[in-house]
Amino acid sequence: MAERVSYWSTLTEPLIKQNPVTLQILGICSALAVTTTMATALTMSVSLTVVITLGAGIISVIRRHIPDTIRLIVQIVIIASLVIVIDQFLQAYFADISRALSVYVWLITTNCLVLGRTETYARFHGPLPSMVDAFGNGLGYSLVLIVLGGIRELFGKGELFGAQVLPLADEGGWFTPLSLMLLAPSAFFLLGGLVWALRSVRSEQVEPPDHTPPETEPAK
Amino acid sequence: MSEVWSFFLFAAFVDNMPLTLFLGLCTFLAMSRRTESALGLGIAMTIVLGITVPLNHMIYQWFMAPGAWGWAGYPDLDLSYLALIAFIGLIAATVQLLEMVLERFFPAIHAAFGVFLPLLTVQCAILGGSLFMVERNYTLGQSAVFGLGSGVGFAVAVVMLSAIRARLSYADLPAGLRGLGIAFILTGLMSLGFASFAQMTASL
Repeated sequence: MAERVSYWSTLTEPLIKQNPVTLQILGICSALAVTTTMATALTMSVSLTVVITLGAGIISVIRRHIPDTIRLIVQIVIIASLVIVIDQFLQAYFADISRALSVYVWLITTNCLVLGRTETYARFHGPLPSMVDAFGNGLGYSLVLIVLGGIRELFGKGELFGAQVLPLADEGGWFTPLSLMLLAPSAFFLLGGLVWALRSVRSEQVEPPDHTPPETEPAK
Repeated sequence: MSEVWSFFLFAAFVDNMPLTLFLGLCTFLAMSRRTESALGLGIAMTIVLGITVPLNHMIYQWFMAPGAWGWAGYPDLDLSYLALIAFIGLIAATVQLLEMVLERFFPAIHAAFGVFLPLLTVQCAILGGSLFMVERNYTLGQSAVFGLGSGVGFAVAVVMLSAIRARLSYADLPAGLRGLGIAFILTGLMSLGFASFAQMTASL
């Protein structure tokens, strides 16, 4: 097992360097919809990480038996089955959070991140590296969700995990909640800002200005 | 009639798929670099959503909903947990069928936006449309209008974003904002604009 180092880098690369949300534009849909509070963000992160890790493992085990032409359907059905299990589990034990997440748990099925990992990685690698890779990507996704959820809940309500952190002005404190933080636009602004901040630190992630029409280049 | 129309407007603008429900953002951002591809994607979305949401509604009501097998002697059977797999299967089949029909009979249309069709199988907005239809208990007519309306809403949003991004390709952005970063900020601004439609429904 000389691959310990590479396992470690497979696990940690997606955290910041190859983050699935901020760099690869995968799985954004749910990342924005469920981040109004920490609790929903955390639940979603855990659900997705479980689904992606198990899904990658299962698909990797049977990767030699899936005919190439119908592989997408096979992968989706496997992922959908896992999502159903997770959804039933959440409904049974975390009914409130399950209601708050509404259809977004089910939408893990079509989360581009899950299918992206099985399609690009688990299809060509053994079960263990596939699961490590999927777990790392799940963690990278979770990191973004938890940062966004924390910011939105803290500034939108002055709470973290439902507990009051900043004293509200209505109740004699000093903090006036920014209700915009709980609405859709702020999620986009925050993620845009996060991408900007990340790319300022790691300049190798900056996109080349490839969408500039070539004929406008010599104008400068 | 006006009820149908206002429901259509509700689905297209108030419950706009990418801007207020955050659905289908991956393709929304990836395909909005050029206006032509954005338009093709928008049309494909409208067709697929308009077909699959009512079809999924029929499947759900006839086979999946609690008590749907009452006529066969199983009144307690509740298969609604299987809906996810049924919906995904039906969407994949519809997309495949649509692509084959277009390729065979309308090659020009297929060349124009056929490339986007396979993408739509795993599009959150398509599946999301069907799931919202179940969660909100729409009738068959409502779900057809909802599917078409949200497809049109998606098309409007993606074409608008692509137009803004085309303008911005001449702008000198900070390096870190180029591409994805500015797309998010623009989407946020558009979402802010669409939020004003929510006030409109109150007066409808």
